[in-house]
Amino acid sequence: MFVQLTKLAHARSGDKGDTANVGLIALREEFYPLLVREVTGPRVKEHFKGICKGQVERFELPNLGALNFLLNESLGGGGTLSLMTDAQGKTFSTALLRMKIEIPDDEAERLGLS
Amino acid sequence: MKNTIRIAAGQGFWGDLPDAPVRQVEEGPIDYLMLDYLAEVTMSIMQKQKARDPKAGYARDFVPLMKRILRTCVERNIKVVANAGGVNVEGCAAAVREVAVELGLGGQLKIGIVTGDNILDRVDDLIARGIELRNMDTGEPLVTVRDRIQSANAYLGAAPIVEALNHGAQIVITGRATDTGLTLGPMIHEFGWAADDWDHLAAGTIAGHIIECGAQCSGGNCQFEWQSIPDLANVGFPIAEASADGTFVITKHEGTGGRVSVQSIKEQLVYEMGDPRGYITPDCVADFTTVHLADDGANRVRVFGIRGRPATDTLKVSISFSAGYKAVGTLVYAWPDAYQKAKAADTILRARLDRLGLRFDQFLTEYVGANATHGPLAGEPSPDLAEVQLRVGVRGNDRNAIERFTKEIAPLILTGPPGVTGFAGGRPKVEEIVAYWPALIPKSEITARVEVIEG
Repeated sequence: MFVQLTKLAHARSGDKGDTANVGLIALREEFYPLLVREVTGPRVKEHFKGICKGQVERFELPNLGALNFLLNESLGGGGTLSLMTDAQGKTFSTALLRMKIEIPDDEAERLGLS
Repeated sequence: MKNTIRIAAGQGFWGDLPDAPVRQVEEGPIDYLMLDYLAEVTMSIMQKQKARDPKAGYARDFVPLMKRILRTCVERNIKVVANAGGVNVEGCAAAVREVAVELGLGGQLKIGIVTGDNILDRVDDLIARGIELRNMDTGEPLVTVRDRIQSANAYLGAAPIVEALNHGAQIVITGRATDTGLTLGPMIHEFGWAADDWDHLAAGTIAGHIIECGAQCSGGNCQFEWQSIPDLANVGFPIAEASADGTFVITKHEGTGGRVSVQSIKEQLVYEMGDPRGYITPDCVADFTTVHLADDGANRVRVFGIRGRPATDTLKVSISFSAGYKAVGTLVYAWPDAYQKAKAADTILRARLDRLGLRFDQFLTEYVGANATHGPLAGEPSPDLAEVQLRVGVRGNDRNAIERFTKEIAPLILTGPPGVTGFAGGRPKVEEIVAYWPALIPKSEITARVEVIEG
Protein backbone atom coordinates (compact mmCIF):
# COMPACT_ATOMS: atom_id res chain seq x y z
CA MET A 1 0.00 0.00 0.00
CA PHE A 2 1.01 3.63 -0.47
CA VAL A 3 1.52 5.79 2.61
CA GLN A 4 2.08 9.52 2.59
CA LEU A 5 5.04 10.72 4.67
CA THR A 6 2.67 12.90 6.74
CA LYS A 7 1.65 9.63 8.44
CA LEU A 8 5.25 8.68 9.21
CA ALA A 9 7.23 11.82 9.90
CA HIS A 10 7.38 15.48 10.79
CA ALA A 11 9.91 17.85 9.33
CA ARG A 12 11.59 21.23 9.44
CA SER A 13 13.44 22.95 6.63
CA GLY A 14 15.72 25.93 6.22
CA ASP A 15 18.38 27.41 3.98
CA LYS A 16 22.11 27.85 3.53
CA GLY A 17 22.61 30.05 0.50
CA ASP A 18 21.02 28.40 -2.54
CA THR A 19 20.69 25.06 -0.72
CA ALA A 20 17.55 24.02 1.14
CA ASN A 21 17.87 21.56 4.00
CA VAL A 22 15.02 19.31 5.06
CA GLY A 23 15.18 17.36 8.30
CA LEU A 24 12.74 14.47 8.22
CA ILE A 25 11.93 13.03 11.66
CA ALA A 26 10.15 9.71 12.24
CA LEU A 27 6.95 10.10 14.25
CA ARG A 28 7.67 6.75 15.92
CA GLU A 29 10.98 4.99 16.39
CA GLU A 30 9.84 1.96 14.37
CA PHE A 31 9.16 4.14 11.32
CA TYR A 32 12.79 5.22 11.05
CA PRO A 33 14.13 2.10 9.24
CA LEU A 34 11.30 2.51 6.75
CA LEU A 35 12.33 6.10 6.04
CA VAL A 36 15.97 5.04 5.66
CA ARG A 37 14.97 2.33 3.17
CA GLU A 38 12.42 4.26 1.10
CA VAL A 39 13.23 7.96 1.28
CA THR A 40 16.52 7.82 -0.59
CA GLY A 41 18.46 10.71 -2.08
CA PRO A 42 17.51 9.83 -5.68
CA ARG A 43 13.83 9.50 -4.70
CA VAL A 44 13.88 12.91 -3.06
CA LYS A 45 15.61 14.36 -6.11
CA GLU A 46 12.84 12.90 -8.31
CA HIS A 47 10.16 14.20 -5.93
CA PHE A 48 11.54 17.74 -6.19
CA LYS A 49 11.83 17.60 -9.99
CA GLY A 50 11.64 21.12 -11.41
CA ILE A 51 12.39 22.60 -7.96
CA CYS A 52 15.79 21.18 -7.00
CA LYS A 53 18.24 21.76 -9.85
CA GLY A 54 21.32 20.37 -8.13
CA GLN A 55 22.28 17.27 -6.21
CA VAL A 56 20.42 15.87 -3.25
CA GLU A 57 22.63 14.72 -0.38
CA ARG A 58 21.30 12.56 2.44
CA PHE A 59 22.62 12.15 6.00
CA GLU A 60 21.39 9.75 8.66
CA LEU A 61 20.79 10.59 12.33
CA PRO A 62 19.67 7.31 13.91
CA ASN A 63 19.98 8.91 17.36
CA LEU A 64 17.11 11.27 16.50
CA GLY A 65 15.29 8.92 14.12
CA ALA A 66 15.89 11.55 11.49
CA LEU A 67 17.27 12.02 7.99
CA ASN A 68 18.75 15.27 6.76
CA PHE A 69 18.54 16.18 3.08
CA LEU A 70 20.47 18.93 1.35
CA LEU A 71 18.79 20.08 -1.84
CA ASN A 72 21.39 22.04 -3.75
CA GLU A 73 20.44 24.79 -6.23
CA SER A 74 16.84 25.03 -5.07
CA LEU A 75 16.26 28.59 -3.88
CA GLY A 76 16.60 30.79 -6.97
CA GLY A 77 20.09 31.92 -5.97
CA GLY A 78 19.29 31.99 -2.27
CA GLY A 79 19.31 34.72 0.35
CA THR A 80 18.68 38.23 -0.88
CA LEU A 81 19.31 37.26 -4.53
CA SER A 82 16.25 35.02 -4.66
CA LEU A 83 12.93 36.31 -5.97
CA MET A 84 11.00 33.39 -4.51
CA THR A 85 8.25 33.78 -1.90
CA ASP A 86 9.99 31.01 -0.01
CA ALA A 87 13.57 32.16 -0.50
CA GLN A 88 14.49 30.56 2.84
CA GLY A 89 13.12 27.13 1.95
CA LYS A 90 10.82 27.10 4.98
CA THR A 91 8.07 25.17 3.20
CA PHE A 92 10.29 22.48 1.69
CA SER A 93 9.53 20.47 4.84
CA THR A 94 5.87 19.97 4.03
CA ALA A 95 6.66 19.69 0.32
CA LEU A 96 8.69 16.57 1.18
CA LEU A 97 5.88 15.24 3.38
CA ARG A 98 3.70 15.09 0.24
CA MET A 99 5.76 12.12 -0.91
CA LYS A 100 4.10 8.70 -0.91
CA ILE A 101 6.07 5.53 -0.36
CA GLU A 102 5.04 1.96 -1.07
CA ILE A 103 5.04 -0.44 1.86
CA PRO A 104 4.28 -4.18 1.68
CA ASP A 105 0.83 -4.80 3.18
CA ASP A 106 2.07 -7.09 5.95
CA GLU A 107 4.68 -4.55 7.05
CA ALA A 108 2.10 -1.78 6.98
CA GLU A 109 -0.16 -3.87 9.16
CA ARG A 110 2.64 -4.67 11.61
CA LEU A 111 3.35 -0.93 11.91
CA GLY A 112 -0.32 -0.16 12.43
CA LEU A 113 -0.57 1.81 9.20
CA SER A 114 -3.31 -0.08 7.39
CA MET B 1 31.60 27.05 40.92
CA LYS B 2 27.90 26.64 40.28
CA ASN B 3 26.59 23.19 39.39
CA THR B 4 24.08 24.48 36.86
CA ILE B 5 23.46 27.78 35.13
CA ARG B 6 20.40 28.96 33.27
CA ILE B 7 21.03 30.68 29.95
CA ALA B 8 17.97 32.30 28.39
CA ALA B 9 17.54 33.20 24.73
CA GLY B 10 15.87 36.55 24.21
CA GLN B 11 15.74 36.94 20.41
CA GLY B 12 15.58 34.43 17.57
CA PHE B 13 16.59 37.11 15.08
CA TRP B 14 16.82 40.90 14.91
CA GLY B 15 13.18 41.90 14.91
CA ASP B 16 11.83 39.08 17.07
CA LEU B 17 9.20 39.75 19.78
CA PRO B 18 10.42 42.92 21.53
CA ASP B 19 9.16 41.85 24.96
CA ALA B 20 10.67 38.36 24.91
CA PRO B 21 14.00 39.31 26.53
CA VAL B 22 12.20 41.41 29.15
CA ARG B 23 10.02 38.45 30.06
CA GLN B 24 13.04 36.15 30.21
CA VAL B 25 14.60 38.47 32.78
CA GLU B 26 11.47 39.17 34.83
CA GLU B 27 9.39 36.00 34.83
CA GLY B 28 11.71 33.46 36.39
CA PRO B 29 15.25 32.69 37.47
CA ILE B 30 18.05 33.01 34.91
CA ASP B 31 21.79 33.62 35.12
CA TYR B 32 22.47 34.75 31.56
CA LEU B 33 20.50 36.39 28.80
CA MET B 34 21.86 35.82 25.31
CA LEU B 35 20.74 37.91 22.37
CA ASP B 36 21.55 37.22 18.73
CA TYR B 37 21.08 40.27 16.53
CA LEU B 38 23.09 39.54 13.43
CA ALA B 39 21.67 37.90 10.33
CA GLU B 40 23.96 37.27 7.40
CA VAL B 41 23.54 40.64 5.69
CA THR B 42 22.83 42.75 8.78
CA MET B 43 26.43 43.96 8.91
CA SER B 44 26.12 45.72 5.56
CA ILE B 45 23.12 47.71 6.80
CA MET B 46 25.09 48.68 9.89
CA GLN B 47 28.14 49.60 7.83
CA LYS B 48 25.97 51.98 5.78
CA GLN B 49 24.45 53.50 8.92
CA LYS B 50 27.91 54.09 10.32
CA ALA B 51 29.06 55.75 7.11
CA ARG B 52 26.23 58.27 7.53
CA ASP B 53 26.63 58.66 11.29
CA PRO B 54 29.86 57.60 13.03
CA LYS B 55 27.90 56.99 16.26
CA ALA B 56 25.61 54.44 14.56
CA GLY B 57 26.31 50.98 13.15
CA TYR B 58 25.01 48.69 15.88
CA ALA B 59 21.65 47.11 16.81
CA ARG B 60 19.83 50.19 18.08
CA ASP B 61 17.04 48.15 19.67
CA PHE B 62 19.54 46.85 22.18
CA VAL B 63 19.83 50.21 23.97
CA PRO B 64 16.13 50.76 24.81
CA LEU B 65 16.00 47.09 25.79
CA MET B 66 18.86 47.61 28.24
CA LYS B 67 16.99 50.58 29.63
CA ARG B 68 14.12 48.25 30.48
CA ILE B 69 16.11 45.39 31.97
CA LEU B 70 19.44 46.71 33.22
CA ARG B 71 18.26 47.50 36.76
CA THR B 72 16.83 44.00 37.23
CA CYS B 73 19.94 42.46 35.70
CA VAL B 74 22.17 44.29 38.16
CA GLU B 75 19.92 43.48 41.13
CA ARG B 76 19.74 39.79 40.30
CA ASN B 77 23.23 39.49 38.86
CA ILE B 78 21.99 38.41 35.43
CA LYS B 79 24.66 38.73 32.78
CA VAL B 80 23.87 39.74 29.22
CA VAL B 81 25.79 38.45 26.20
CA ALA B 82 24.82 40.01 22.89
CA ASN B 83 26.31 40.41 19.42
CA ALA B 84 24.52 43.75 19.25
CA GLY B 85 27.69 45.71 18.52
CA GLY B 86 27.57 45.22 14.76
CA VAL B 87 30.32 47.34 13.17
CA ASN B 88 30.48 49.79 16.08
CA VAL B 89 30.87 47.78 19.27
CA GLU B 90 32.44 50.71 21.14
CA GLY B 91 29.54 52.97 20.15
CA CYS B 92 27.06 50.41 21.39
CA ALA B 93 28.93 50.03 24.67
CA ALA B 94 29.01 53.82 25.11
CA ALA B 95 25.24 53.98 24.61
CA VAL B 96 24.70 51.23 27.20
CA ARG B 97 26.99 53.07 29.60
CA GLU B 98 24.84 56.20 29.20
CA VAL B 99 21.79 54.10 30.04
CA ALA B 100 23.51 52.84 33.19
CA VAL B 101 24.28 56.39 34.31
CA GLU B 102 20.74 57.50 33.51
CA LEU B 103 19.36 54.70 35.68
CA GLY B 104 21.66 55.65 38.52
CA LEU B 105 23.67 52.49 38.06
CA GLY B 106 26.86 54.25 37.00
CA GLY B 107 29.92 52.52 38.42
CA GLN B 108 27.96 49.43 39.41
CA LEU B 109 28.72 47.28 36.42
CA LYS B 110 31.40 46.41 33.93
CA ILE B 111 30.88 46.24 30.19
CA GLY B 112 32.92 43.86 28.05
CA ILE B 113 33.71 44.87 24.49
CA VAL B 114 34.77 42.23 21.99
CA THR B 115 36.21 43.42 18.67
CA GLY B 116 38.66 42.23 16.05
CA ASP B 117 36.08 40.63 13.77
CA ASN B 118 35.90 43.52 11.32
CA ILE B 119 38.34 42.99 8.44
CA LEU B 120 36.83 45.39 5.90
CA ASP B 121 39.93 47.62 5.97
CA ARG B 122 42.23 44.64 5.57
CA VAL B 123 40.66 43.01 2.53
CA ASP B 124 43.17 44.41 0.00
CA ASP B 125 46.09 43.48 2.19
CA LEU B 126 44.77 39.95 2.65
CA ILE B 127 44.21 39.46 -1.07
CA ALA B 128 47.69 40.87 -1.80
CA ARG B 129 49.15 38.29 0.55
CA GLY B 130 47.43 35.47 -1.30
CA ILE B 131 44.46 34.98 0.99
CA GLU B 132 41.85 34.86 -1.72
CA LEU B 133 38.71 34.58 0.45
CA ARG B 134 37.09 32.32 -2.11
CA ASN B 135 33.32 31.98 -1.98
CA MET B 136 32.58 28.74 -0.10
CA ASP B 137 29.61 28.02 -2.38
CA THR B 138 30.92 28.99 -5.81
CA GLY B 139 34.70 28.80 -5.39
CA GLU B 140 35.21 32.26 -6.93
CA PRO B 141 37.96 34.46 -5.45
CA LEU B 142 36.78 37.63 -3.67
CA VAL B 143 38.65 39.85 -6.10
CA THR B 144 35.80 39.35 -8.61
CA VAL B 145 33.50 41.51 -6.46
CA ARG B 146 36.22 43.60 -4.76
CA ASP B 147 34.78 46.99 -5.76
CA ARG B 148 31.33 46.08 -4.50
CA ILE B 149 32.15 44.88 -0.98
CA GLN B 150 30.16 46.55 1.79
CA SER B 151 31.23 44.67 4.89
CA ALA B 152 33.61 41.87 5.86
CA ASN B 153 33.67 40.22 9.28
CA ALA B 154 35.17 37.06 10.69
CA TYR B 155 33.00 35.02 13.01
CA LEU B 156 34.53 35.04 16.47
CA GLY B 157 33.80 32.15 18.82
CA ALA B 158 33.28 31.81 22.55
CA ALA B 159 36.87 32.51 23.68
CA PRO B 160 36.79 36.34 23.76
CA ILE B 161 33.37 36.25 25.44
CA VAL B 162 34.84 34.00 28.13
CA GLU B 163 37.73 36.42 28.58
CA ALA B 164 35.34 39.35 29.07
CA LEU B 165 33.29 37.37 31.60
CA ASN B 166 36.45 36.29 33.41
CA HIS B 167 37.31 39.98 33.82
CA GLY B 168 34.01 40.57 35.55
CA ALA B 169 31.92 41.93 32.68
CA GLN B 170 28.20 41.97 33.43
CA ILE B 171 27.29 42.96 29.88
CA VAL B 172 29.32 41.52 26.99
CA ILE B 173 28.85 43.20 23.63
CA THR B 174 30.42 41.72 20.53
CA GLY B 175 30.46 42.41 16.81
CA ARG B 176 30.24 39.37 14.56
CA ALA B 177 30.31 36.47 16.99
CA THR B 178 28.69 33.11 16.34
CA ASP B 179 25.28 32.70 17.91
CA THR B 180 26.42 29.42 19.43
CA GLY B 181 29.39 31.19 21.05
CA LEU B 182 27.01 33.49 22.92
CA THR B 183 25.66 30.43 24.75
CA LEU B 184 28.87 28.41 25.00
CA GLY B 185 30.87 31.36 26.40
CA PRO B 186 29.00 31.53 29.73
CA MET B 187 29.37 27.75 30.20
CA ILE B 188 33.14 27.84 29.70
CA HIS B 189 33.37 30.81 32.07
CA GLU B 190 31.31 29.12 34.80
CA PHE B 191 32.56 25.56 34.48
CA GLY B 192 36.15 26.20 33.49
CA TRP B 193 36.08 23.84 30.54
CA ALA B 194 39.44 23.52 28.80
CA ALA B 195 39.99 24.83 25.29
CA ASP B 196 40.46 21.26 24.04
CA ASP B 197 37.60 19.69 25.99
CA TRP B 198 35.89 18.98 22.68
CA ASP B 199 32.94 17.00 24.02
CA HIS B 200 31.91 19.72 26.45
CA LEU B 201 32.52 22.49 23.92
CA ALA B 202 30.36 20.59 21.43
CA ALA B 203 27.62 20.22 24.06
CA GLY B 204 27.58 23.96 24.74
CA THR B 205 27.59 24.62 21.00
CA ILE B 206 24.59 22.38 20.43
CA ALA B 207 22.78 24.00 23.36
CA GLY B 208 23.41 27.29 21.56
CA HIS B 209 22.10 25.90 18.29
CA ILE B 210 18.91 24.77 20.01
CA ILE B 211 18.08 28.10 21.66
CA GLU B 212 19.49 30.51 19.07
CA CYS B 213 16.23 30.66 17.11
CA GLY B 214 14.21 31.63 20.17
CA ALA B 215 10.77 30.08 20.43
CA GLN B 216 11.38 27.90 17.38
CA CYS B 217 12.40 25.17 19.85
CA SER B 218 9.65 25.84 22.39
CA GLY B 219 6.51 25.46 20.30
CA GLY B 220 6.81 28.08 17.56
CA ASN B 221 6.85 26.81 13.96
CA CYS B 222 6.52 23.29 15.35
CA GLN B 223 4.85 20.78 13.05
CA PHE B 224 4.47 18.00 15.58
CA GLU B 225 0.87 18.15 16.84
CA TRP B 226 0.86 21.90 16.23
CA GLN B 227 -2.87 22.25 16.86
CA SER B 228 -2.42 21.14 20.47
CA ILE B 229 0.46 23.44 21.40
CA PRO B 230 -0.99 25.66 24.14
CA ASP B 231 -1.11 29.43 24.32
CA LEU B 232 1.35 30.47 21.62
CA ALA B 233 0.13 34.03 22.21
CA ASN B 234 2.05 33.80 25.45
CA VAL B 235 4.91 31.67 24.13
CA GLY B 236 7.85 31.13 26.45
CA PHE B 237 11.33 31.55 25.00
CA PRO B 238 13.84 28.78 25.68
CA ILE B 239 16.27 28.42 28.55
CA ALA B 240 19.28 26.08 28.54
CA GLU B 241 19.92 24.77 32.04
CA ALA B 242 23.52 23.67 31.68
CA SER B 243 25.55 21.43 33.95
CA ALA B 244 29.30 21.23 34.35
CA ASP B 245 29.32 17.65 33.01
CA GLY B 246 28.20 18.85 29.56
CA THR B 247 24.58 17.73 29.84
CA PHE B 248 21.79 20.26 29.75
CA VAL B 249 18.03 20.63 29.95
CA ILE B 250 16.02 22.81 27.58
CA THR B 251 13.05 24.38 29.31
CA LYS B 252 11.11 27.66 29.61
CA HIS B 253 9.63 29.76 32.40
CA GLU B 254 6.62 28.46 34.36
CA GLY B 255 3.35 29.97 33.28
CA THR B 256 4.39 30.71 29.70
CA GLY B 257 2.79 29.20 26.59
CA GLY B 258 4.20 26.97 23.91
CA ARG B 259 5.72 23.54 24.51
CA VAL B 260 9.20 22.15 24.97
CA SER B 261 9.10 18.50 23.92
CA VAL B 262 11.46 15.91 22.49
CA GLN B 263 9.81 16.58 19.12
CA SER B 264 10.13 20.36 19.30
CA ILE B 265 13.83 19.98 20.10
CA LYS B 266 14.36 17.47 17.28
CA GLU B 267 12.80 19.89 14.81
CA GLN B 268 15.16 22.65 15.91
CA LEU B 269 18.20 20.33 15.90
CA VAL B 270 17.75 19.59 12.19
CA TYR B 271 17.07 23.23 11.30
CA GLU B 272 19.63 24.62 8.81
CA MET B 273 21.70 21.49 9.28
CA GLY B 274 24.43 20.47 6.85
CA ASP B 275 26.50 17.36 7.48
CA PRO B 276 25.31 16.40 10.98
CA ARG B 277 28.67 14.84 11.90
CA GLY B 278 30.55 18.05 11.21
CA TYR B 279 28.91 21.18 12.58
CA ILE B 280 31.87 23.53 12.41
CA THR B 281 32.26 26.51 14.72
CA PRO B 282 35.35 28.49 15.77
CA ASP B 283 35.32 26.54 19.05
CA CYS B 284 34.97 22.91 17.97
CA VAL B 285 33.36 20.52 15.51
CA ALA B 286 30.12 19.24 17.00
CA ASP B 287 28.65 15.87 16.06
CA PHE B 288 24.85 15.95 15.91
CA THR B 289 24.70 12.18 15.50
CA THR B 290 25.69 11.88 19.17
CA VAL B 291 22.86 13.99 20.59
CA HIS B 292 20.48 12.09 22.86
CA LEU B 293 17.18 13.45 24.13
CA ALA B 294 14.99 12.38 27.02
CA ASP B 295 11.73 13.67 28.42
CA ASP B 296 12.49 15.24 31.81
CA GLY B 297 9.01 16.30 32.91
CA ALA B 298 6.64 18.94 31.64
CA ASN B 299 8.38 21.33 29.23
CA ARG B 300 11.78 19.89 30.08
CA VAL B 301 13.99 17.91 27.70
CA ARG B 302 17.33 16.53 28.82
CA VAL B 303 20.14 16.51 26.26
CA PHE B 304 23.18 14.29 26.76
CA GLY B 305 25.84 12.12 25.14
CA ILE B 306 27.24 14.84 22.87
CA ARG B 307 30.67 14.31 21.36
CA GLY B 308 32.90 16.81 19.63
CA ARG B 309 36.13 16.95 17.65
CA PRO B 310 39.00 19.47 17.48
CA ALA B 311 38.25 22.85 15.96
CA THR B 312 39.55 23.60 12.46
CA ASP B 313 42.31 26.13 11.79
CA THR B 314 40.08 28.52 9.90
CA LEU B 315 37.32 30.97 10.73
CA LYS B 316 34.33 31.69 8.59
CA VAL B 317 34.15 35.17 7.15
CA SER B 318 30.89 36.85 6.28
CA ILE B 319 31.26 39.34 3.44
CA SER B 320 28.44 41.36 1.96
CA PHE B 321 28.53 42.93 -1.48
CA SER B 322 26.28 44.97 -3.70
CA ALA B 323 24.63 42.66 -6.28
CA GLY B 324 22.22 44.70 -8.39
CA TYR B 325 18.55 45.43 -7.93
CA LYS B 326 15.22 43.71 -7.68
CA ALA B 327 11.52 44.45 -7.47
CA VAL B 328 8.44 42.34 -6.83
CA GLY B 329 4.92 43.31 -7.92
CA THR B 330 1.63 41.65 -6.99
CA LEU B 331 -2.02 41.70 -8.08
CA VAL B 332 -4.95 39.59 -6.89
CA TYR B 333 -7.36 37.79 -9.26
CA ALA B 334 -10.73 36.55 -7.96
CA TRP B 335 -13.02 33.64 -8.84
CA PRO B 336 -13.97 32.45 -11.40
CA ASP B 337 -10.89 31.16 -13.22
CA ALA B 338 -8.60 33.12 -10.92
CA TYR B 339 -5.51 31.09 -11.83
CA GLN B 340 -6.14 31.30 -15.59
CA LYS B 341 -6.62 35.06 -15.35
CA ALA B 342 -3.43 35.52 -13.38
CA LYS B 343 -1.57 33.43 -15.97
CA ALA B 344 -3.01 35.50 -18.82
CA ALA B 345 -1.94 38.69 -17.04
CA ASP B 346 1.61 37.32 -16.72
CA THR B 347 1.73 36.57 -20.47
CA ILE B 348 0.58 40.11 -21.26
CA LEU B 349 3.10 41.64 -18.86
CA ARG B 350 5.98 39.65 -20.34
CA ALA B 351 4.98 40.67 -23.89
CA ARG B 352 4.96 44.34 -22.88
CA LEU B 353 8.34 44.12 -21.15
CA ASP B 354 9.68 42.32 -24.23
CA ARG B 355 8.45 45.05 -26.52
CA LEU B 356 10.22 47.59 -24.29
CA GLY B 357 13.40 45.63 -24.88
CA LEU B 358 13.96 45.13 -21.15
CA ARG B 359 16.25 42.32 -20.09
CA PHE B 360 16.59 40.84 -16.61
CA ASP B 361 19.01 38.37 -15.06
CA GLN B 362 16.08 36.67 -13.40
CA PHE B 363 12.33 36.83 -13.97
CA LEU B 364 10.08 34.80 -11.71
CA THR B 365 6.30 34.47 -11.75
CA GLU B 366 4.50 32.80 -8.87
CA TYR B 367 0.82 32.17 -8.22
CA VAL B 368 0.21 32.56 -4.48
CA GLY B 369 -2.75 30.45 -3.46
CA ALA B 370 -2.10 27.95 -6.24
CA ASN B 371 1.50 26.77 -6.11
CA ALA B 372 3.97 29.46 -4.94
CA THR B 373 5.41 27.34 -2.15
CA HIS B 374 5.21 23.76 -3.40
CA GLY B 375 5.48 24.36 -7.15
CA PRO B 376 4.61 21.39 -9.33
CA LEU B 377 4.06 19.24 -6.21
CA ALA B 378 0.86 21.19 -5.55
CA GLY B 379 -0.74 19.75 -8.70
CA GLU B 380 -2.94 21.52 -11.23
CA PRO B 381 -4.74 24.46 -9.55
CA SER B 382 -8.51 24.07 -9.18
CA PRO B 383 -10.69 26.31 -11.39
CA ASP B 384 -12.69 26.99 -8.23
CA LEU B 385 -9.91 28.77 -6.33
CA ALA B 386 -11.43 31.78 -4.58
CA GLU B 387 -8.48 33.96 -5.53
CA VAL B 388 -4.90 33.82 -6.70
CA GLN B 389 -2.19 36.39 -6.15
CA LEU B 390 -0.01 36.99 -9.18
CA ARG B 391 3.49 37.70 -7.88
CA VAL B 392 6.13 38.77 -10.40
CA GLY B 393 9.74 39.46 -9.51
CA VAL B 394 12.67 40.71 -11.57
CA ARG B 395 16.34 41.07 -10.79
CA GLY B 396 19.26 42.65 -12.67
CA ASN B 397 22.11 45.14 -12.63
CA ASP B 398 20.31 47.82 -14.65
CA ARG B 399 18.39 49.90 -12.16
CA ASN B 400 16.46 51.66 -14.93
CA ALA B 401 15.12 48.38 -16.28
CA ILE B 402 13.90 47.35 -12.83
CA GLU B 403 12.38 50.80 -12.33
CA ARG B 404 10.55 50.52 -15.67
CA PHE B 405 9.18 47.12 -14.66
CA THR B 406 7.56 48.63 -11.57
CA LYS B 407 5.46 50.91 -13.81
CA GLU B 408 3.97 48.01 -15.75
CA ILE B 409 2.10 46.29 -12.90
CA ALA B 410 -0.76 48.67 -12.02
CA PRO B 411 -1.79 49.26 -15.64
CA LEU B 412 -2.73 45.57 -15.86
CA ILE B 413 -5.81 46.44 -13.80
CA LEU B 414 -7.40 48.44 -16.62
CA THR B 415 -5.67 46.76 -19.54
CA GLY B 416 -5.73 43.05 -18.67
CA PRO B 417 -8.01 40.21 -17.56
CA PRO B 418 -11.02 41.07 -15.34
CA GLY B 419 -11.68 40.42 -11.67
CA VAL B 420 -8.45 41.98 -10.47
CA THR B 421 -7.69 43.99 -7.35
CA GLY B 422 -5.08 44.36 -4.63
CA PHE B 423 -2.99 47.29 -5.70
CA ALA B 424 -3.38 49.59 -2.75
CA GLY B 425 0.32 49.88 -2.02
CA GLY B 426 1.32 51.82 -5.13
CA ARG B 427 4.22 50.89 -7.39
CA PRO B 428 6.57 48.18 -6.18
CA LYS B 429 9.79 49.49 -4.64
CA VAL B 430 13.14 48.95 -6.31
CA GLU B 431 15.42 47.28 -3.80
CA GLU B 432 19.19 47.33 -3.83
CA ILE B 433 20.45 43.78 -3.30
CA VAL B 434 23.16 43.14 -0.78
CA ALA B 435 24.34 39.59 -1.25
CA TYR B 436 26.30 37.31 1.03
CA TRP B 437 29.76 35.93 0.34
CA PRO B 438 30.87 33.24 2.80
CA ALA B 439 34.60 32.51 2.91
CA LEU B 440 37.27 31.06 5.17
CA ILE B 441 40.31 32.75 6.68
CA PRO B 442 43.21 31.21 8.64
CA LYS B 443 42.67 31.68 12.37
CA SER B 444 46.18 33.13 12.64
CA GLU B 445 44.95 36.21 10.72
CA ILE B 446 42.34 37.15 13.29
CA THR B 447 43.04 38.46 16.78
CA ALA B 448 40.03 39.11 18.96
CA ARG B 449 40.38 42.13 21.24
CA VAL B 450 38.70 42.25 24.62
CA GLU B 451 38.28 45.37 26.69
CA VAL B 452 36.33 45.67 29.92
CA ILE B 453 35.19 49.18 30.87
CA GLU B 454 33.47 50.53 33.95
CA GLY B 455 29.79 51.07 33.28
